[in-house]
Amino acid sequence: MTLLNGSVIPLQNPYGEDKVHEACGLFGVIDTSKERFSAYEPVKAMENMRERGNGLGAGFAVYGLYPEHRDEYALHVMYLDREAKDRAENLIGKYLEVSHAEEIPTDDRVQVVDPPIMWRYFATPKKSLLKDMDGDEYLRETVMRINTAVGGAFVFSSGKDMGVFKGVGYPEDLADYFMLRDYRGYMWLGHTRFPTNTPGWWGGAHPFNILDWSVVHNGELSSYGANRRYLEMFGYKCTMKTDTEVMAYTFDLLARRQKLPLDIVAKILAPPLWMEVDQMPGEERRLYTALRQCYGSLLMNGPFTVIVAHHGEMIGLTDRLKLRPLSAAVKGSRVYMASEEAAIRVLCRDPERIWRPKGGEPVVGRIKALEVVREVAV
Amino acid sequence: MKSFMLPEFSVQRDYERCISCQVCVNQCTYDVHYYDEEDDQVKSREENCVGCLRCATLCPTKALKIIPNPASFRENDHWTRESIQAVKMQAESGGVILTGMGCDKPQYTYWDRIVLNASQVTNPSIDPLREPMEIRTFLGKKPKELSILAGSGYYSLRTELSPQLRLETPIMFTAISYGAVSFNVHESLARAAMDSGTYFNTGEGGLDKRLYRYGRHAIVQVASGRFGVDPDYLEVGAAVEIKIGQGAKPGIGGHLPGEKVSRDISRTRMIPQGTDALSPAPQHDIYSIEDLSQLIHAIKEATGYAKPVSVKIAAVHNSAAIASGMVRAGADIIALDGIRGSTGAAPKIIRDNVGIPIELALASVDRRLREEGIRNEASVVVAGGIRNSADVVKAIALGADAVYIGTAALIAIGCTVCQKCYTGKCPWGIATTDPWISKRVNPAIASKRLSNLLRAWSLEIKEMMGGMGVNSIESLRGNREMLRGVGLTDRELEILGIRHAGE
Repeated sequence: MTLLNGSVIPLQNPYGEDKVHEACGLFGVIDTSKERFSAYEPVKAMENMRERGNGLGAGFAVYGLYPEHRDEYALHVMYLDREAKDRAENLIGKYLEVSHAEEIPTDDRVQVVDPPIMWRYFATPKKSLLKDMDGDEYLRETVMRINTAVGGAFVFSSGKDMGVFKGVGYPEDLADYFMLRDYRGYMWLGHTRFPTNTPGWWGGAHPFNILDWSVVHNGELSSYGANRRYLEMFGYKCTMKTDTEVMAYTFDLLARRQKLPLDIVAKILAPPLWMEVDQMPGEERRLYTALRQCYGSLLMNGPFTVIVAHHGEMIGLTDRLKLRPLSAAVKGSRVYMASEEAAIRVLCRDPERIWRPKGGEPVVGRIKALEVVREVAV
Repeated sequence: MKSFMLPEFSVQRDYERCISCQVCVNQCTYDVHYYDEEDDQVKSREENCVGCLRCATLCPTKALKIIPNPASFRENDHWTRESIQAVKMQAESGGVILTGMGCDKPQYTYWDRIVLNASQVTNPSIDPLREPMEIRTFLGKKPKELSILAGSGYYSLRTELSPQLRLETPIMFTAISYGAVSFNVHESLARAAMDSGTYFNTGEGGLDKRLYRYGRHAIVQVASGRFGVDPDYLEVGAAVEIKIGQGAKPGIGGHLPGEKVSRDISRTRMIPQGTDALSPAPQHDIYSIEDLSQLIHAIKEATGYAKPVSVKIAAVHNSAAIASGMVRAGADIIALDGIRGSTGAAPKIIRDNVGIPIELALASVDRRLREEGIRNEASVVVAGGIRNSADVVKAIALGADAVYIGTAALIAIGCTVCQKCYTGKCPWGIATTDPWISKRVNPAIASKRLSNLLRAWSLEIKEMMGGMGVNSIESLRGNREMLRGVGLTDRELEILGIRHAGE
């Protein structure tokens, strides 16, 4: 066990240190004035939550990453072998106009297990095929096509001016592997994983991403089957073998496609109890009743903490019983969210405000106007 | 003609206990028991016995035992007692064999080959005694998305949802017509539905004016005979259900004999007293899906678009395609009635051989509607052999929004599933219109028994949900990950959309 000042307390267990403690570690930080900063803070925070992972998966999402390619989709793709890359690039070439492609730089001196081949592509939809279609929707379909049709190829990041870096390992090792110290962004997500349901594989690490939506998640969705089958009605195909995927697609469906405000999305994922709704004044009751009637299948049941980001906005949320932890803090222009207060305290000793939000109560960090939404007032 | 049939039951009276009080004589409506003055003994004609157990239940000294006749035919696995008896009966009568209640054959029950999940370690189970557990359910068409107006610091809803039924528990009382059952039974169902925050279905025999006060908890049925349908009837119900078919007798109409059409029933059904009430097999204004669409919209027009319209069909081979058509025709609720669905009277051969198990129909209808992206356009309610809360939970996990119960409700108020409803002489006062017998159901007590049943099942549903780690019924609906099959073939698993236990 490491204390904040670096001193170490020996464990009291006389039978060795082989007991693993279950949990996932989540971290998010946004600079609300949109100033870009380095990986130093997010990596340090993640390092401080090392206990919450077991080295079987970790990753980061960085927003404001590729300003020089601001208007192009940045596709990060992992390939299990060279043939998969050839097949996928055929498909990419068919549907997308690629302005630049390169292997994602890595530091091969860092020891990681079985890294796949990873490339990034800066691309736009082919005009001739796009026609009247919405560019985002076109790209979503293309990503789904690559992930399901190619075999051995996974697009794990597909937003503009942002990127996901993830794999099997501890977060600080992966940060070194991907040389994150060379990158800057105004918003960072971090995740360390303790996989239970799915094997520790590179594609299964967090953050999960679709377009500019990224999700880091701790928990297990008991409602997975209901959520997945509802999303399938809207053309989402769950290929990543994990319930976190449905989180990402839910945000994509509700916030991007249906343009619902994030705090409303939070109330769909973790709605107030009927006994609370029944006490609300007429108009508000009508709203919350309709949300539940219409989107009940997207209620996320079971223990979870989730931090979701897209350009300009980050939201932290727990299940309505708060079966997983979340802390939040504000210091200057930065808003922090993390599984453990310790991960925030290691970065700023004296935050202006630090608190543990109630179950089902979203915390939203937005650029410029910082808002902390406690209740959606009607 | 000498009858070659053997009595189905043996009536065993313990004369050490019998005090000749004649309760059995008074209670039996089939003239089984009689008092022999010469011997000063109560005796029995056991060939009349239907095995309803009314006498054994009410005998104050427990002197009676009704047991299946041990001196039965020499049956074998192929020629069962039932099939031998049926041939003899038809050889003597030359008629169709009638029966009541649902199919009693074991091979159609899939519920017992499906098991439920529970949380261990990675996600916690939830204790319903400590945490809220929500089973409120809404039936009706849901939009694919909501439009929400964001003001400064508030949001307001711009989408107007079409009318919904609100259920405090996902269980309703299925269509049981007035005429098939007595007024007291109808009143008991109505009162229990109101007390429990759910709905009862009037069935096809209209709704007695004295029960209009329960209209907000009634689903009023419009069937092929159009009995009791007038503007007041449509207006008073919370929803209207068009009955196309019934699980117990798909493709078959109904026949309420004239002797059951008493003054009150004649008034409610709007037919002359003493005449047979014949329900044609099809609805004669529905010969195609476009005709159904017209009737749905005619009813919506007549009721000012203020209530959901349900369409009920028997589960048959093409249910999935038919259900899809029904949704596109404008139905807000699809009611599916499986092969084990019950009835007051049906030809036995139809009841036991026509239709498909509700589990398979539900699984394929739910899948089909999702594949077509229209699952939200209508709620799915299933009926036909739901026996307990586990059946309810499994139905919801397969994809149902709610269930209808019929037989279970009648059992709650006395029915012993003797299958003789069609005689009109139900000794429990349920499937009868005889004013003297029907007094045996006291609506105050019977409605309490029904409410108790719904309460008990709701508690059990919450326990099972908590075990699975979900605290809202929506997270269970269509969540087939919660189900596993035991002893099912790959094909059956594929149709049910579930994996085998151990996978």
